[in-house]
Amino acid sequence: MNDGVNGVALAVFIIFFLAVTVVGFMAARWRKAENENSLDEWGLGGRSFGTWVTWFLLGGDLYTAYTFVAVPAAIYAAGAAGFFAVPYTILIYPLMFVFLPRLWSVSHKHGYVTTSDFVRGRFGSKGLSLAVAVTGILATMPYIALQLVGIQAVLDVMGVGGGEDTNWFVKDLPLLIAFGVLAAYTYSSGLRAPALIAFVKDALIYLVIGVAIIYIPIKLGGFDEIFKAAGDAFSQTNPATGNPRGALAPGEASQWTYATLALGSALALFMYPHSVTAVLSSRSRDVIRRNSTILPLYSLMLGLLGLLGFMAIAAGIKVTNGQLAIPQLFENMFPAWFAGVAFAAIGIGALVPAAIMSIAAANLFTRNIYKDFLKPDATPEQETKVSKLVSLVVKVGALVFVLTMDKTVAINFQLLGGIWILQTFPALVGGLFTRWMHRWALLAGWAVGMLYGTLAAYGVASPTQKHFGGSSKEIPGIGEIGYIGLTAFVLNVVVTVVLTFVLRALKAPEGLDETKASDYTADAGDPGVVVELPPATAGAVH
Amino acid sequence: MSQGPEVRPPVVTPVRAVIVLCLVAPFVAMLWVGSYAKVDPAFIGIPFFYWYQMLWVVISTALTMTAYQLWQRDQRVRKASAQDGGASA
Repeated sequence: MNDGVNGVALAVFIIFFLAVTVVGFMAARWRKAENENSLDEWGLGGRSFGTWVTWFLLGGDLYTAYTFVAVPAAIYAAGAAGFFAVPYTILIYPLMFVFLPRLWSVSHKHGYVTTSDFVRGRFGSKGLSLAVAVTGILATMPYIALQLVGIQAVLDVMGVGGGEDTNWFVKDLPLLIAFGVLAAYTYSSGLRAPALIAFVKDALIYLVIGVAIIYIPIKLGGFDEIFKAAGDAFSQTNPATGNPRGALAPGEASQWTYATLALGSALALFMYPHSVTAVLSSRSRDVIRRNSTILPLYSLMLGLLGLLGFMAIAAGIKVTNGQLAIPQLFENMFPAWFAGVAFAAIGIGALVPAAIMSIAAANLFTRNIYKDFLKPDATPEQETKVSKLVSLVVKVGALVFVLTMDKTVAINFQLLGGIWILQTFPALVGGLFTRWMHRWALLAGWAVGMLYGTLAAYGVASPTQKHFGGSSKEIPGIGEIGYIGLTAFVLNVVVTVVLTFVLRALKAPEGLDETKASDYTADAGDPGVVVELPPATAGAVH
Repeated sequence: MSQGPEVRPPVVTPVRAVIVLCLVAPFVAMLWVGSYAKVDPAFIGIPFFYWYQMLWVVISTALTMTAYQLWQRDQRVRKASAQDGGASA
């Protein structure tokens, strides 16, 4: 991308990276509990995090490096359409307020570590639980791969990794090192590592956005100039499609797409295993509710970040790969040392979610495939061991994915992952409120949603791709273009409801529900709810 | 379900209706894209479409906070009245 290595930026980047590595390994000793060898400890940080730790952890988890690169990149490419991330993240929090405290309560009461644990307990169906677990793992893997793409974008702009003609090993070495380090401290410290690193990550991100949103517009002559330049750029015809490149406000035709993308993505977010892992690691119901009121600060930041996409246009950034637009903007606009800080923010921003995602996927495998199907009598020690190993396997898998396949494959899969994960909503969120739905109906609804979503996404062509060219398609029966995931979800719900009536009429066996109504409102301190595991030493760090 | 003359607090109360409203409002505002898909009026040069949605981040935060406060109070009142009225099994 660039001629030569940006030495100062690289030095700053490396310093931050080293600092974070130290923090990651030290995290193992932070708020350590007596019994280290349980999955609650390694995989959920002892279920002990308070409001602020949870805030940083969730913020670091949900707003990933890929988000930071992809949202402004989408706006850089097409304008208004990319801004759907803001309404999407607005809608998350009322949803979080309503259903996550119930999930927290029932999980604490019954010791559930994953969403699939809950589904199995609620519906007495290992099949349904397996479906949820497999969906979760499939959706998470490409997401981890995309975090690597985020780091790669930063390394590229800094001039590390060389051009196309460098030896592949030299080219990928920095990425291999970054991931090796990440894998090592996740293995040893579990969820505590990303929880502590998230503090560094978010502090850096807020600093960088705060500076960028003031400094860059001043350099570019104010927002008036920025949006004028962007408006001009968008009105020009894109030779590939014959339409204007984009718009500053969505036209009539694209409003359905905008709304369905926002709603579908919001419904899907807390179905992802890594979001749930962060939620279950919190100390009480109140921590979750309080977080639903303070997490929107990140949405505001995301909105400001989106505006950087317009600034990239106004600053005359020309990149063929849109994902490089923002890193390139930082490099052009900021003094080298601060560009280094910005790159560190994005790079570390990739490490936190990648760690949590690999832990979440590992927990799913351990609890819902290994323990349920392979070794039902596994001890907590064995569970933890398997989970640690699987977290490594998951990361290596993501790395191989990124290094051997084209980047667009990872992006396609992530798009599919969003559609897929939404299909677990009826079983999970539905299950939190009612036991009316039949387990087999839920399984059938899930299968229909998965199938429709995958086929529909396969059939979307774009100027550059024959398949998986986007996530929106005509909604059958309505005729507007909408988010495929949401259409599949509606189909899923319809199938579930209809089949539930049928199965109930046929008196199909309903399965055992091990939860009771009061489990869903239980709070820390209530009988039967495990409070924080006893600390190893009084006066432990922090 | 009901056991004797003891009156259970109603499930739907004005306070709870307000809580639901607070939580539903962002959905109505954000999904009705036609209401804000325009460029003017701009604010310090930022088109309406963008600043309006960012304003809604703040509004929805305030609404969720209100819902949280009301919910806390609702739960406290319920707990207190449950204790006053004697423990119902």
